[in-house]
Amino acid sequence: MAREPQTRAETSSSPLEPRVREALGQRLQELSYSFDEMVLRIPREEMVECCRLLKTTPGLDFKLLRCLSVVDYVDFMEVVYHLSSLSHPHKVTLKARLPAEDLRVPTVTTVWKGADWHEREGHDLFGVLFEGHPDLSPLLLYEGFEGYPGRKSYPMPEQRELYGE
Amino acid sequence: MNTDQAPLGERVDLLVNMGPQHPSTHGVFRMVLSLEGERIIDCVPHIGYLHRGSERLCEGENYSQIITLFDRLDYISNINNEQCFVMAVEKLMGVQVPPRAEYVRVILSELNRIASHMLFYGTFAIDAGAMTPIMIGFRDRELIQALFESVTGARMMHNYLRIGGVKEDVPEWFKLDLGRLLDQLRAGFREAEDLLNGSDVFLERTMGVGILPAEAALDYGVTGPALRASGVGYDVRRAEPYSVYPELEFDIPVGKVGDCYDRYWVRMREVEQSLRIVEQCLERLPEGPIMGKAPRLIRPPKGEVYVRTENPRGELGVYLVSQGGSGYPYRVKIRGPSFCNLMALRQLLRGVYVADSVVILGSLDIVLGEVDR
Repeated sequence: MAREPQTRAETSSSPLEPRVREALGQRLQELSYSFDEMVLRIPREEMVECCRLLKTTPGLDFKLLRCLSVVDYVDFMEVVYHLSSLSHPHKVTLKARLPAEDLRVPTVTTVWKGADWHEREGHDLFGVLFEGHPDLSPLLLYEGFEGYPGRKSYPMPEQRELYGE
Repeated sequence: MNTDQAPLGERVDLLVNMGPQHPSTHGVFRMVLSLEGERIIDCVPHIGYLHRGSERLCEGENYSQIITLFDRLDYISNINNEQCFVMAVEKLMGVQVPPRAEYVRVILSELNRIASHMLFYGTFAIDAGAMTPIMIGFRDRELIQALFESVTGARMMHNYLRIGGVKEDVPEWFKLDLGRLLDQLRAGFREAEDLLNGSDVFLERTMGVGILPAEAALDYGVTGPALRASGVGYDVRRAEPYSVYPELEFDIPVGKVGDCYDRYWVRMREVEQSLRIVEQCLERLPEGPIMGKAPRLIRPPKGEVYVRTENPRGELGVYLVSQGGSGYPYRVKIRGPSFCNLMALRQLLRGVYVADSVVILGSLDIVLGEVDR
């Protein structure tokens, strides 16, 4: 059962759109809107290059990596990058899909150093392998912890029973 | 991979393990310092001692229950956390919040910011060797806590904000009480600042210590007062205004050098600005309902939002994914400001003296409840 997130389009287009399309070119798989965020779907192999382009292209200048999250959709996982620019009032969301049997994505620590702990956390809790990351040792969990507690398949204590669904 | 090892090729005289029970680490934070003489050549931070799996816990709670979990993230600024989460759900559901509730939220969150900064200057002064300011900070913070108790019923874990408004209206005497409180806070704040700025030891220990250049700060994702101290005037309340902030007048204090003193200075100026904001809100506080039209059972439609607010420590972000038709969120990711600010520590500590490490860590003002989640 594929549980895919759907986003509601609120804004049809923004002045940022043509510039992003031009900068990313063929690498951009899909562009959609969720509320005021522009969501770009990108193949995972191209992630580092896309991030670098978004960060360095004049007029885009996405200097700040706000958040890096991993979402487990059971059949696949998604790595979500929230970027924003300080010199311009715009923001963008990048998404890359990873099939459940092959959870690898290149690291973006070469683009923003601030991705470091976010990626370690993603490795810790979800088992996503950020290729090229300098040190993926456990961050939030202790060494020797078994399993990936962020995943949906990780058993939770009888919480639902306790509260009564 | 053993991260405790120092980089090869450098002389390491001593490995010093600071924490997790060291008083100057402000919680359960541990760092392993490699020393060459008295100089730090590398620092390896270790976090996770307070990891409770908050994000995963959220997936098993319904939306109203999650508010209590957000109280426990950054336990120094609870209202600010609650505000971020309820705003995320409101955005997802399209719930309108009545103006009175918005004003009450802003008053309380700015008071919380003041309380948080008061604790900061107190503990920071202790780190730098001055004992008195924390007495003043704690005395005044207690006044704010007392006011919170009269409004929300709790000193710290308020659980006061609701999706669509606030739990209950403020008491009748709120305006009078708050007016009096603001005068007291202003006087106490001046007292503490005079003490600190008049102390040569404090100035010597903070000025020019732990300089964080703006470029590096951005690279690490540092936000809040720590970023503004480095000269970048970025504040979510201005950059992406929410709630009633567009109607209010306030300045964004910006530092010049980016050293420990600037980080302290920016926070002190922010206290003044917050007092200004609270005063304006108090003048404008409208009458009216305190709850918007939110359904009793919170079941947001399918979708996802990323909402950010300005916490006392920086940008707090909540990435909320809902699958629709369920009372439980599918995924909640919390971007804690302390978590990101702490990443810059390693660079800040390289090459400084051991004694300064305590001051530099103190100037970042971290709360481990939010770092570890």
